Amino acid sequence: MSGIRPAPSGADEELTRLGVGELGALLRRGEVTATQVALAHLERAERQNRALNAWLHLDREAALTAAGEADRRLAEARRSGSEALAACHPLLGIPVGLKDLVSVRGGPCTAGSRILAGYRAPYDAHITERLRAVGAVILGKTNMDEFAMGSSTEHSAYGPTANPWALDRVPGGSSGGSAAAVAAYHVPAAIGTDTGGSIRQPASLCGIVGLKPTYGRVSRYGIVAFASSLDQIGPFGRSVADAAVLLHAVAGRDERDSTSAPVSVPDELLALPDDGGAADWLRGRRLALPREYFVPGMEPGVEARVREAVAALEAAGAVIEEVSLPHTEYGLASYYIVAPAEASANLARYDGVRFGPRLGDGRDYVADYKRTRGEGFGAEVKRRIMLGTYALSAGYYDAYYLKAQKVRTLIKADFDRVFAAGFEAIVAPTSPTVAFPLGAKLADPVAMYLSDACTLPVNMAGLPGLSVPCGLSEGLPVGLQLIGPPWSELTLLRLGRAYEAITADAPWRRLEPSDLAALDDPATPTPAERLALARAAAAATA
Amino acid sequence: MTVATGARRAASPALERYEAVIGIEVHCQPKTASKLFCRCRADYDGAPPNSLVCPVCLGLPGVLPVLNRRAVEHVLRVGLAIGATIPAVTRWDRKNYFYPDLPKGYQISQYQIPLAADGRLVVETSEGPLTVRIRRAHLEEDTAKLVHADLDGRAVSLVDFNRSGAPLMEIVTEPDIRTAEGARRYAEELQLLLRTIGASDADMERGQLRVEANVSVRPRGSTELGTRIEIKNMNSFRSVERAIAHEIERQVAALEAGEPLRQETRGWDENRGLTYVMRVKESEDDYRYFPEPDLPPLRIDPAWLEAIRTELPELPAARRARYRDVLGLPPADAAVIVGDLEATALFETLLAAGSPPKAAANWVTGEYLRHRKGGSVPAERLAPARLGPELARLIALVEAGRLTLANAKAILAAHLEGGEAVETLAAGYERIDDAAAIERIVDEVLAANPAAVADVRSGKDQAVRFLVGQVMKATRGQANAARAEAAIRSRLGQADGAQGPTGPAAADQGPTDPAAADPGAEPSP
Repeated sequence: MSGIRPAPSGADEELTRLGVGELGALLRRGEVTATQVALAHLERAERQNRALNAWLHLDREAALTAAGEADRRLAEARRSGSEALAACHPLLGIPVGLKDLVSVRGGPCTAGSRILAGYRAPYDAHITERLRAVGAVILGKTNMDEFAMGSSTEHSAYGPTANPWALDRVPGGSSGGSAAAVAAYHVPAAIGTDTGGSIRQPASLCGIVGLKPTYGRVSRYGIVAFASSLDQIGPFGRSVADAAVLLHAVAGRDERDSTSAPVSVPDELLALPDDGGAADWLRGRRLALPREYFVPGMEPGVEARVREAVAALEAAGAVIEEVSLPHTEYGLASYYIVAPAEASANLARYDGVRFGPRLGDGRDYVADYKRTRGEGFGAEVKRRIMLGTYALSAGYYDAYYLKAQKVRTLIKADFDRVFAAGFEAIVAPTSPTVAFPLGAKLADPVAMYLSDACTLPVNMAGLPGLSVPCGLSEGLPVGLQLIGPPWSELTLLRLGRAYEAITADAPWRRLEPSDLAALDDPATPTPAERLALARAAAAATA
Repeated sequence: MTVATGARRAASPALERYEAVIGIEVHCQPKTASKLFCRCRADYDGAPPNSLVCPVCLGLPGVLPVLNRRAVEHVLRVGLAIGATIPAVTRWDRKNYFYPDLPKGYQISQYQIPLAADGRLVVETSEGPLTVRIRRAHLEEDTAKLVHADLDGRAVSLVDFNRSGAPLMEIVTEPDIRTAEGARRYAEELQLLLRTIGASDADMERGQLRVEANVSVRPRGSTELGTRIEIKNMNSFRSVERAIAHEIERQVAALEAGEPLRQETRGWDENRGLTYVMRVKESEDDYRYFPEPDLPPLRIDPAWLEAIRTELPELPAARRARYRDVLGLPPADAAVIVGDLEATALFETLLAAGSPPKAAANWVTGEYLRHRKGGSVPAERLAPARLGPELARLIALVEAGRLTLANAKAILAAHLEGGEAVETLAAGYERIDDAAAIERIVDEVLAANPAAVADVRSGKDQAVRFLVGQVMKATRGQANAARAEAAIRSRLGQADGAQGPTGPAAADQGPTDPAAADPGAEPSP
């Protein structure tokens, strides 16, 4: 797998290679229109989705309407002068993708589940309103593990998504569609959600930037819930600055989400330092390296890339010390009590009464519930509903749920101690492995759960976590995770920006996903076909 | 207010050997403009089906609850009024179960830390005061309503989500009640308390107050609890008392016959006057409660609680005591006035306007309630703020001796009927006190009624009343009845003050008492 840059098919196609900042500059200068930008991305996404399956819905009509509106706003601002132009949000006219659990008024919202087939959200999520307000152009909805439960996007009821770096591998999950769409240049930025690593792990596996903000930073209103006390919404981008711009647009207090915090969103997110400034900023910063995050089973290539990244930060003037987060090993066990418990209640509303398909003859509502839910939910979702229901049952509550919440407190205390000791951030791997082959972990849920061993403690503690690419292992991307205290997104993004700056000349920075060309080949199998093949092969071996 | 109860009707020897143990669970709708977790209007009563709904109360994917502060205040108000303990921090819990009227598949409620705990309410019963300990009062969201209907010949269940997410306050007692009457009195007193503090309109007919009872019986002297049976569908205070009385009898009869009781939920059939099995409880339901992660814990700021405490009005028990002990009202009158918020408001308006308490109480418990219950007077004319000043003027005129009681009543009736000011109406009805004028009319009446005069002379004192009535009639009620009677007796050679039973004359001389001077005591032609 080499990083051969595929020949762009024209000027419009080249637009898709640009980031938010570059596109914004062109739009402001009037060198391209938002409509052109939207069309370029739409055409690429439409053309390649068969082979990638990153998108569940592409709404050309709505996107072009939004782009037309953005063009009007840009023209108006241009007439009003440079100040008005500067006051436009950097996302004005920029195409974005939304994970298909974000409500968009009048549009589908399947959460990757059959049980929501045909449902159309009658209202906008808070972040949808915010994106509309700044003039972003929503291209469509991206694929995901059903109800965000999974680490590979293979648990989508609508087929798996492929990884642009290797189409026979997973993009990670659960926000795999958003990550793959950004990595494959279908959109410069996209929204995901992260309950145990669902933004950071796919960002890592697809070689892009993904941020899980502090719990309470982004309103969850209008986002299909998985585990309410853990879910956070965050951005994907191909650069740290692009992710920061998207975060800026959607973050902030929303009175419709009682857990969203009245913490101000710094405008510095829109003006992260350039390479020189970022490297200067890094000097003398104290960073912690937790020994527990180099877990057994971690691929040597991954560990090597992360340690090289740490060394690069140190060489650039950061002060790095090894620390201990002793309760890390209990993260997975306690997470798989708390998250399924909350999910078992959150998913009770999918009963076929008000929306979605209803199965049964209507004579016995309990029988109808059983059929609707039995056939509407996939195996992983049912597994977690059962886990959660069991953990909350009378007689088991104290032993499981209550104990898990106590462990959660200990996990949080581990982090608190590190930050109280003066460390600005923790540096760690994002995922113990690179992207794994389609089907490799489907038969072994615990192996799949271990994909998030390094990310889910961060959700349990409610902290922000950023994943930035830090090189390749066996031709596949590796992610570096930066974890900070609550509300430290700006610091994490500056740190990420600094890491980008000091590795700007690294050879791997110039590489593109290796299978991009195949996405345009009509002979390329779909991800679902690849998964079927992988399963057949596994069955034959067994 | 007393109701013939089953228990009393059938005070059999078997019943005497048993004691009932009763706990009451009340659900009431706090008085809020919007629902508990969204901004939809909460006054769903009578609204077209599914007209007061939004994504939040429909439980659509992605919605989140936002707590209605006013609803919390109402529960805190109740908590303070029953002397309950209010936690410094409370939280919300999810109660999980599946039913088509529960859109989210869980109800946001309070399980471990209710907004109020360990309160009490003292109620008067025929057996004396009864202290009912209140275990807890908490806030939760109401469910939607299922409507079972026939749709083109097909039996269907329709869901109306107007009620979904409306606030609901649950108030649970300890099993401190021993009689059906006690249960009814508790429910009545609680309703009065809720209305007095403005926490709820608590109208049973409109479903704003729902009463459920847990009833068991045990041999007198036993300290063990019998099999507990829950009764639902009691839609009035009367049915609360009847249903519980029936249930006590049924349980005692079963035990006497050696039949075991099952733990079950029974419904009250008002028409047949009996309870029937609704659901047998095989085991305790497992609602898998856990803390609601979408709502942060709620801190009850001491300053907030103090502000609510300061704004609490005088509570019914204290008010009854004041009326009785300070104002000197008969306990029955105090109870009637305090038991009725409008009457209380009118009475307080009269007191504020300077009316003597007893006179004011008589007018309120007598004429006012009679007119209100008659139903023909427009409600706005009976509003205390409007009626109060007028009635106070009327009372003042009577007290000053310028109106007879009979005419005062007629003026009130005229005022309520036509809305004309009391002062205007009273202008033509000044009381005739002048001795010469009264004697002149008395002479005319005596001359015109020789038979009655003869009756008086032969010792029939009844005839004096008739003659007084004739004088009143001749003067359109304006004559001072006492003086007219005195004049009649004097003319017919009877000593002053030798009259027998007190009539309107006595009433006019003593403290004004329109209640005592009811139509039966009026002079009759």
